[in-house]
Amino acid sequence: MKIPVRLRPVLFIAALLAIWQIVIGCNPGQLLPGPIGVAGGIVELLEHGLLFKYVVASLFRVTWGFGLAALLAIPLGLMLGWYRRGEMAFYPLIQVFRPISPLAWIPIAILWFGVGDLAAIFLIFVGCFFPLLLTAMSAVHAIPAVYFNAGRNFGLSPSAFVSRVLYPAVVPQLLIGLRITLGIAWLVVVAAEMISVNSGLGFLIVDARNAGNRYDLVVAGMVIIGAIGLLLDLGMRSLEQMKSFHWTSSEG
Amino acid sequence: MSSTEAVVTEPRAGQKLRVEHLGLVYERDGESIAALEDINLDVSEGEFICIVGPSGCGKSTLLNVLAGFLPSTSGSVTIDGESVNGPDPRRILVFQERGVFPWLTVEGNIGFGLSKLPRAQRDERIAHYVQTVRLEGFEHTYPSDLSGGMKQRLQVARALAVNPDILYLDEPFGALDSITRVMMRGELLRIWQSERRTIIFVTHDIDEAVQLADRVVVLSSRPARIEDIITIDIQHPRNISSPRYLELRDELLKQIGLAYEV
Repeated sequence: MKIPVRLRPVLFIAALLAIWQIVIGCNPGQLLPGPIGVAGGIVELLEHGLLFKYVVASLFRVTWGFGLAALLAIPLGLMLGWYRRGEMAFYPLIQVFRPISPLAWIPIAILWFGVGDLAAIFLIFVGCFFPLLLTAMSAVHAIPAVYFNAGRNFGLSPSAFVSRVLYPAVVPQLLIGLRITLGIAWLVVVAAEMISVNSGLGFLIVDARNAGNRYDLVVAGMVIIGAIGLLLDLGMRSLEQMKSFHWTSSEG
Repeated sequence: MSSTEAVVTEPRAGQKLRVEHLGLVYERDGESIAALEDINLDVSEGEFICIVGPSGCGKSTLLNVLAGFLPSTSGSVTIDGESVNGPDPRRILVFQERGVFPWLTVEGNIGFGLSKLPRAQRDERIAHYVQTVRLEGFEHTYPSDLSGGMKQRLQVARALAVNPDILYLDEPFGALDSITRVMMRGELLRIWQSERRTIIFVTHDIDEAVQLADRVVVLSSRPARIEDIITIDIQHPRNISSPRYLELRDELLKQIGLAYEV
């Protein structure tokens, strides 16, 4: 039987869900809620208006944390990538901060910002800042010297050089860095919400367990997190596919 | 003559580029390495000069100094009596590879140096050079969808569009297949004959030099000195199996120290 290519992943997931349901049916109550139970949990969240509220709360924090990090880290990274002396000065500092997990900042975030949105936003910011900084720096390093020389040859002013050569040359790499970092932001927000706030998908998971071991809601939260993560990634990928962004340095 | 005096050099009528006692020494790991030594060359307006020499001899270095990308350490380069202190849109360097901007279409690339012109004039200039390098129909195409030869034609068009008086070409056809390379020579000659710019063309290909140049400058191996300057006294279009062509070609091969047999 010939199955259309687009349907294959859908059928595969359906098969996995069926197996999941069958296995749970044979061992009731022990491992996990089954897919039907999880679907019930999602419906329940929808009925109480919680799902929409929590998704919006999580996306709100991610938008701010990720956006602020991009706004600061990208210009700074481009500058450090351009001025090698600056990079040499900052490099040790960056390498010390980079491996510290954003979760290690939780106590400090609460100390500084208290329990609330700001603490969560700060944690996402910290988690996104260093990957974006390094992406921007290496994107500048990767620009072929020919583009600089061509830009100089046509007599561009420094500001025109930045907007017409430097910026378009780094965009493809920046987009890849932004996509990967958005994934990090989405990981961090869940962890941050488990500890420092009283709303959002991370809070949903912890709260469902604490308030009576509602594992159907826990898994429902996980499924929602996965689905939104997928959508965010697809959105960033579609940006990368735009023709004037989508070129690689092997071409041209 | 030091470079400070060179500014006042009065150019002779029809003379474009003058290179006097040019030298370049650079430091690497604490050692001084001479790249160019006592280069002297006068180029007339509208002349087509090819620079050949053994690979790694400093042909491209010389071109980069002439275009103002590298400062010389002695001697001077003057264009129309004015000394060269840096890159300038009046003289454009065409690179061997990756010279066009992959984020711009054919039109965008050709118009790259024209942002100061009013819209209508810019569009007119772009249309003219699209036609000159025969890229009609590809105006909205990105370089990743062009062949190697088309990309090099695009680079030449982008250079010509800013109306430079000198074109420097750094092995522009070096990365192309041999058939495309031969066709590109014809295209370049046609453009040169209709636009009459001064061209300094670096190549490692003796045939290319004899087919294109008015004069061929032969450089020695490092440090590069001028071994000889050979005038190619054959009218265009050149018959590449004529006795004179073969004679000049053999002379050049001998100059470079290559035997007649492979």
